[in-house]
Amino acid sequence: MRANRLGAALAVALTATLASCGSGEPTESPEAAQSPAATQDAPQGPVTLTYWTWAPNMDKIVEVWNKDHPDIQVTVSKQAGGDDAAAKFLTAAKAGNPPDLVQAEYQHLPSFIAADAVADLKAETAPIKGEFSEGLWGLVTLGTDAVYGIPQDSGPMMLFYRKDLFDEYGIAVPKTWQEYGEAARTVRKKDPKAFLGTFSSKDPGAFTGLAQQAGAQWWSISGESWKVGIADEATRKVADYWGALVKEGAIDDMPYFTPEWNKALNDGRLLSWPSAVWAPGVLSSNAPKAKGKWAVAPLPQWNAGESYSGFWGGSSTAVSAESPAKAAAAQFATWLNTDPAAIGLLVEQAAIYPAATKAQSALGAAPEYFATQPDFWQQAAAVSAGARGFTFGPNVGVTYNTFRDAFDKAVQNKTSFSDAVQAMQDATVADMRKAGFQLAS
Amino acid sequence: MKRSGRGAWPYLFLTPAITLFTLFLAVPIGYTVYLAMLRTKVSGLGLGKGARREVFVGFDNFAAALADAELWSGWLRVLGYGALVLAVMLGLALLFALLLDSARVRLARFTRIAIFLPYAVPGVAATLLWGFLYLPSLSPIRDVLDVDFLGATTVTYSMANVAVWGGVGFNMLVLYTTLRAIPRDLYEAARLDGASEFQIAVRVKIPILTPAIILTTVFSIIATVQVFTEPTTLRPLSNTISSTWSPLMKVYRDAFVTGDLYSAAATSIVIAAISLVLSFGFLRVVRNRAFGEG
Repeated sequence: MRANRLGAALAVALTATLASCGSGEPTESPEAAQSPAATQDAPQGPVTLTYWTWAPNMDKIVEVWNKDHPDIQVTVSKQAGGDDAAAKFLTAAKAGNPPDLVQAEYQHLPSFIAADAVADLKAETAPIKGEFSEGLWGLVTLGTDAVYGIPQDSGPMMLFYRKDLFDEYGIAVPKTWQEYGEAARTVRKKDPKAFLGTFSSKDPGAFTGLAQQAGAQWWSISGESWKVGIADEATRKVADYWGALVKEGAIDDMPYFTPEWNKALNDGRLLSWPSAVWAPGVLSSNAPKAKGKWAVAPLPQWNAGESYSGFWGGSSTAVSAESPAKAAAAQFATWLNTDPAAIGLLVEQAAIYPAATKAQSALGAAPEYFATQPDFWQQAAAVSAGARGFTFGPNVGVTYNTFRDAFDKAVQNKTSFSDAVQAMQDATVADMRKAGFQLAS
Repeated sequence: MKRSGRGAWPYLFLTPAITLFTLFLAVPIGYTVYLAMLRTKVSGLGLGKGARREVFVGFDNFAAALADAELWSGWLRVLGYGALVLAVMLGLALLFALLLDSARVRLARFTRIAIFLPYAVPGVAATLLWGFLYLPSLSPIRDVLDVDFLGATTVTYSMANVAVWGGVGFNMLVLYTTLRAIPRDLYEAARLDGASEFQIAVRVKIPILTPAIILTTVFSIIATVQVFTEPTTLRPLSNTISSTWSPLMKVYRDAFVTGDLYSAAATSIVIAAISLVLSFGFLRVVRNRAFGEG
């Protein structure tokens, strides 16, 4: 009998331990964890906000804000960028302890919205809507009435090329993609070790931008349903163009951002890079030896005389749906992305290309790496005006992941690139169907 | 009275262990099983509040995981990789342990540490290090040997190489310590009977080592079934490794790339079940020989 009682007492003790562990969680809410002062001395105390971002030197920019706003103290938590950062934020939001503010790439924002992880800032952002171009504003509203973030930077695509080697081989800057292909063949003839460029099967963002330039519309919303058009004519055209060049051997197939790629850029074995306006930062750190040898031009066009571009990257500042201090967070996000002083710091310290229209035209000296090209920012502004994007869908993660797998295989086996695009379309649609999204047929 | 009292005491002593086990093992496993039976269902555009909810789907996710061809080809790849790693790594570990234990070896201390050292290198660092050695324009190996280490067929060997490099030391140490614990008189007796060093190794040392060999094999089976670090780290460098190369990579992809935590939970349970079957199956097969049990 006694054993039983002891056993029961033990069970009670165990349950108590478990229960106390369990009940420990609610008190450890984001509010308590992030703004201890706020809970202690009522509404007057300073609000403490956490901000997840990967922009370099953001802590220095935030310091300026913190000095002027003793009531709203922001703490920067430096993140690794890219798809991992988006996954981390979604996981944190699901677990109930997200940061108050998060840097959200445009393509990931719809996933955040679909997961109900970011707040609608419609009221707070009404006065600043006019600061941004309609295209960029559409990326944070998805064409709905709500506003899910404040645009921070944008990545219109341009063609970066080795001016010295272009001159040496007598290659004119290609105006159309057809000329780009011919230039690629010329390079192979002049130097069998070098390539004009490479197709990266690891960077769906770059491919997305090139598809946008051709007029692709991967997702769109009509009424209450999604339309998925990843395998549309424009995207297939872009895919087959690169597929043919890779198959022919006119273009290399090494992925971007690898040590191998760095070396090729440094050694002058890669002569061009269709990239975004943020490329100078990458080139200066990954190919320091080639400083001053690179120049920039608009992307080659599909039809002579056009001036379209697409976007690779770019991000917004979003506020967590779970944040206990949304108003303060929105205030900070507004300052960061529209205040001239803040944007000045963003450009100078974080080396971003600002989303705010006025700030784009106010950019002065060219990046140091492009010191030989004083009109760098004017070129960027011109390209930016012709850049077109599209609404991203709620499952970009699936689409981009399929891009990597399908294009890896296509590059490896030299098979059709437009089949890979079809695989992206199929995987995206299947995933949306499975989740129950309404799809227009 | 006395007897029943003694019956209760063990439970009291077990409390810390039971609490920890419950909190950090049973509850998470239970939660994983629970997650594996859910799925999100969105309605309409899936935007805005209340458009997304969790629904109970029973064993649907398990059925989907088991029916997924990509998961099974992942198992095949890992099986090939695992067989390679197991054979080479344990073979080398045994060889090195025997060599180090033999009386005639010089610089034993230094060699032992040198072989063990790679085990102290974290998996990601080791893979990056080897990754650099595999890349065509950076690798000094490629200057003399014209092999594409990251090609469609070679990449498995390249990954196995990283695992072997990192794993030999640990397994060697386990075997070596067991060898040192064997009473020296056994060897003396064998020598008096006229056995050569080689015969001593094969006829005396290896039979005594068998339990340790089995232990290292089980650990290695579990480790290779869970292979993740090497392919994930090499993936950005090569276009021959898919996001579902190994079963665990598929779990990671589902959970954190494509945002389907529920499928990931189901797949991870399937993986756990399969590694359980593999390790216990192996133990069952060798039990008689190793431990003389029926």
